[in-house]
Amino acid sequence: MIDRLLRPFEFEFFRNGLIVATVAGALCGLVGVYVVLKGMSYIGHGLSHAIFGGFAASALLGINFVLGAGVWGVASALMINGVTRRRVIGADAAIGVITTASFALGLTLFAIFGRRGRSFDAALFGSILGIDRSDVVAITVLTVVVAIVIFIGYRQLLFTTFDPEVAEASGVRTAWVDATLMLVLATSILATMQVLGVTLIAATLVIPATVARMLTNSFAHMLLLATAIGALSGFVGMNLSYHLDIQSGPSIVLVGAGLFTVVFAATGVRRRRPLLGLT
Amino acid sequence: MSRQSILRADELIRLDGVTCAYGSEAVLSDIDLSIGRQQFSGIVGPSGSGKTTLLKVLLGSTVPRRGAVHRASDLRIGYVPQVETVDWNFPVTVAECVLMARTRGRMVPWPSREERAAMHDMLSRLGIGDLSERHIRELSGGQQQRVFVARALLGDPQLLLMDEPTSGVDARTRHDVLHLLEELNRAGTAIVLTTHDLNGLASHLPHLVCLNTAIVGQGPPRHVLTADILERTFGAPMEILEHAGMPIVLDQYSHLHGNVVSLRKNAS
Repeated sequence: MIDRLLRPFEFEFFRNGLIVATVAGALCGLVGVYVVLKGMSYIGHGLSHAIFGGFAASALLGINFVLGAGVWGVASALMINGVTRRRVIGADAAIGVITTASFALGLTLFAIFGRRGRSFDAALFGSILGIDRSDVVAITVLTVVVAIVIFIGYRQLLFTTFDPEVAEASGVRTAWVDATLMLVLATSILATMQVLGVTLIAATLVIPATVARMLTNSFAHMLLLATAIGALSGFVGMNLSYHLDIQSGPSIVLVGAGLFTVVFAATGVRRRRPLLGLT
Repeated sequence: MSRQSILRADELIRLDGVTCAYGSEAVLSDIDLSIGRQQFSGIVGPSGSGKTTLLKVLLGSTVPRRGAVHRASDLRIGYVPQVETVDWNFPVTVAECVLMARTRGRMVPWPSREERAAMHDMLSRLGIGDLSERHIRELSGGQQQRVFVARALLGDPQLLLMDEPTSGVDARTRHDVLHLLEELNRAGTAIVLTTHDLNGLASHLPHLVCLNTAIVGQGPPRHVLTADILERTFGAPMEILEHAGMPIVLDQYSHLHGNVVSLRKNAS
């Protein structure tokens, strides 16, 4: 049994994929806390689609895809942030307009100029098993940088997320804090998109944070729990994908969804118990 | 525009001809207002009269379209939001919420020993010292109000701004909040609050500003809680009684009763 469980670790492609899935899961779990608490759960889905427009443009211009899609994604994130901060329309509407327009532009560019360069199917659905050592290093470095940014900016990020107006009046530069957060989010999505694909990133941002929220009422604990749950989902999901011979992206998301179901049921029972006690 | 050079020594903030608008509609019109170092003022007026906007101009989060805001140099302001605007599902404990006042300066997430001691001391002063690890939703209305007062006071403000501090709380909590604010004011903190509660809160304050886009009247309650000023402020007739030297405001429903009777007659 143990031998069977350890067998995939003999393969380098699996070890690379496992590290990246676990680290990417932790990264998305960490960033996802802010996404969920700012009521922008749709942004993961939207931004990953917006970045798809960047794929098309970078392919047509013949520039590096990471650079092209990265600049495109960051620009989309900053536009969403700018529109939302004007408070004329809500974040959900801003995300809907900007990201779908970007996605549609990508599709239009394909239609007019045809597909060139990199495999777009891989961008849409991810290719976790094709990851090499440079991907492992890149996503690990990115995760460490994001963790440092969140560590140093913890207090400003918390105040701005909870009470932006009072934070601003108290001297916190909320515009910079929001822009930094969007930058971190766009970069995280870009990095993990190669692993999970456009279609599944939203789940890895939202599910760990949502599960963590059900387990704690403390912001600091929620950050730690969401990071751990994201990493656990990536680790377990990757192993399951090997043993069940299914794609890694859906496997990781289904592990997260399973955790959500268990915690939702358990915390529901815990909350109902005092009421039952009264009767 | 924010200036500080032409304030009197006893002034913290002065507004000169301040006008604010959302689109083409003025929310505040030509406001002249001085906030002194020992001031304890209530801003009263109907919904949409510009009370919260005026508070936010004082806070500095809303910039006037016209006029000037003069502030004392290095003015420290604490702000207590209206409890209805707080996201009570947000995962913060009382301690985490209060410590937001110490956002600047330290670059690690956890509080220093000094910050933790100051936070516990503040919570104890406000009578909620044993609630620091509770989630903010797990508190009574009065305790929730105190959490945000504690957050504001931890920044050692010279001026405390409060938006509807007794909105949705019972009479006992209202008394507690009023008592707390009187203590803070005696200790040297200037306070400006907004309220709808004319009898339960406004009439107990030393100074009132009656607002309906423009300032209709300001001064001690006995001078501004008059039938004329209140009708111009609220757009409805009100009757003033006096009890133990304090004005009591009553709505005049007599003209409405007449309408109700005539409607009933028509219905039958």
